[in-house]
Amino acid sequence: MDLSAPKNSRTIGDVTAPNPVFRAREVNVFYDQKRAIHDVSIDIARNEVLAMIGPSGCGKSTFLRCLNRMNDTIPAARVTGLIEMDGQDIYDKRQDVVQLRARVGMVFQKPNPFPKTIYENVAYGPRIHGLAADRAALDEIVQVSLQRAGLWDEVKDRLGHPGTSLSGGQQQRLCIARAIAVNPEVILMDEPCSALDPIATARIEDLIDELRASYAICVVTHSMQQAARVSQRTAYFHLGELIEVGLTDRIFTNPRHRLTEAYITGRFG
Amino acid sequence: MSNSVQQTQARVAASLRRRYRAERRFKLYGLLAVLLGVSFVLFLFGAIIAQGAAAFRQAQVTLDIQYNEDVLGLAGERTPEALATADYAALVREALRARFPDAQGREGGRAALRLVSNSAAHELQRRVEVDPSRIGTGERLTFLAGADVDQFLKGKIDRTLPEDQRPLSDQQIAWIDALREDGALRLAFNRGFFTNGDSREPEQAGVLGALAGSMYTLLVTLVLSFPIGVAAAAYLEEFAPRNRWTDLIEVNINNLAAVPSIVFGLLGLALFLNFFGLPRSAPLVGGLVLTLLTLPTIIITSRAAIRAVPPSIREAALGMGASNLQMVTDHVLPLAMPGILTGAIIGLARALGETAPLLMIGMVAFIVDVPRGFTDPSTVLPVQVFLWADSPERAFVERTSAAIIVLLLFLLIVNATAAVLRRRFERRW
Repeated sequence: MDLSAPKNSRTIGDVTAPNPVFRAREVNVFYDQKRAIHDVSIDIARNEVLAMIGPSGCGKSTFLRCLNRMNDTIPAARVTGLIEMDGQDIYDKRQDVVQLRARVGMVFQKPNPFPKTIYENVAYGPRIHGLAADRAALDEIVQVSLQRAGLWDEVKDRLGHPGTSLSGGQQQRLCIARAIAVNPEVILMDEPCSALDPIATARIEDLIDELRASYAICVVTHSMQQAARVSQRTAYFHLGELIEVGLTDRIFTNPRHRLTEAYITGRFG
Repeated sequence: MSNSVQQTQARVAASLRRRYRAERRFKLYGLLAVLLGVSFVLFLFGAIIAQGAAAFRQAQVTLDIQYNEDVLGLAGERTPEALATADYAALVREALRARFPDAQGREGGRAALRLVSNSAAHELQRRVEVDPSRIGTGERLTFLAGADVDQFLKGKIDRTLPEDQRPLSDQQIAWIDALREDGALRLAFNRGFFTNGDSREPEQAGVLGALAGSMYTLLVTLVLSFPIGVAAAAYLEEFAPRNRWTDLIEVNINNLAAVPSIVFGLLGLALFLNFFGLPRSAPLVGGLVLTLLTLPTIIITSRAAIRAVPPSIREAALGMGASNLQMVTDHVLPLAMPGILTGAIIGLARALGETAPLLMIGMVAFIVDVPRGFTDPSTVLPVQVFLWADSPERAFVERTSAAIIVLLLFLLIVNATAAVLRRRFERRW
């Protein structure tokens, strides 16, 4: 398959990106007979935040979950097309799904810390992947991860407390710390702020901006302001199709497709 | 407009009274149902405790025993054979005759001897065999009284009845009164009930044999059914593909839970005894049969507990790159553990009270010795209750109730252990 120029793409804008970590080409997802995603092709570049926006049920979350193969857990889901990570087909038989998910972290819509201590939440990933040689190394990973997630100062005195005892915003930052503790290359975020208040949302958005230096980040969001604030590129999905892709500034100031324009001007959503 | 609002309000007000009345009525029915249930439970426990409490005290008689060589019929011999065949009951009889000169002749001697349990003779034999130099000396010893004396002291035998309608004669009652008067006959704590196995003589019968049998059986059941049940539930919920085969397995597990327990006994008889040749009446086989009986319960409740773990935890674990097994063992099972334990306890409690399937594999035999292992012949508490309830002797009535009390206490301990374990797991959120 030709990766540089997707054929028959109806998507407006340039779907390719320099130095991509992910390349998706003509990806379709079926739930039984129902087609949830139509021929989506897009690149995700390193050190970039890609925002995926669109009305409910447009397939943005489904596409996101293709990137770390979380759709595998749904027996009825079937994925066709090509998704490459660093030039390797992640749906290839030889691709180990556990290894893929260690490289592609995920943060979910509802904060879902494990019902364990704060420390154990962050240490779990490094532990199952054998990343820390000893207890001191593990402590180091936990501290660094919590610091990068901007949570260290708030929880350093109570690492033994349950992760579920934190506030919603803190829990979500704990989930981010948990994801970056295994040192992934990409972080997928599925509406990470939809359950949070504006102050907690602002903190997560600042955090996403900081993390961009180290990771490729893919954010699904319902908030156009959030997409405008945190992302460099924006992809607009509609009814399972990728309608338009472009630099965020351009999409929000000068949408080319009438659906994109209608959505960002608030005519539907 | 305001007219229609008023109409609406009037209708709401009218219906409100009806609704509140319905609610009060419903609450009343609920309260009555609860009260009825509680009163039945209280009645049951009250009746059992009232009946069984007497069995924890036992009549004991103190006698001055003279180890007389002639009475024993030893004639100077001290060989083990001679000591084993000597007439120790005669020592008891002579002690009673010394106390009551009117107990003369064969009839009088036999009547006197019935005041004391025949365990007294065994006790004396043991003492002489341990130390033959006791022969020619005397000592004061306390023995179990006969079952009829015990019942008489507890007021279960009416002395106003005509002599031929009660098990004790006027003469025996006179002796009992005399012994009580000088403190030689009294009720004391019945230690034997907790340290003896079963016996044909009610005053010597104890529950230790059945208690030990129940413990061994339950241990086998726990060790087998808990891991197998949880593993099966985890496999079916988290790993098995959804297809016709797993549906078939699911239907069959649900059916097994509804199979009458005696059918499992027949299965155990055919499989474990006849095919595998395992020993009859053994706790090992009892435990295996009860495992078959308990497994469906544990599997069904464990599956429900596993299903109740929120999917977000599974997603979080998988999203971190945990394998399916890591997700299950690190997150799903710990969270489901309180529910799994509840199911296991329900299953084990049922197994503990089960009688029918154990009858089929021979655990209903009369066994005097306390079992010392998983293959020793033994019985279990509910079967012991069944056996004693079937015995004609009057003194077994209170022992039946006392055995039920022990069974209920055992059940209470098992349940309390489970409650403590469950709380500990819950504290780990």
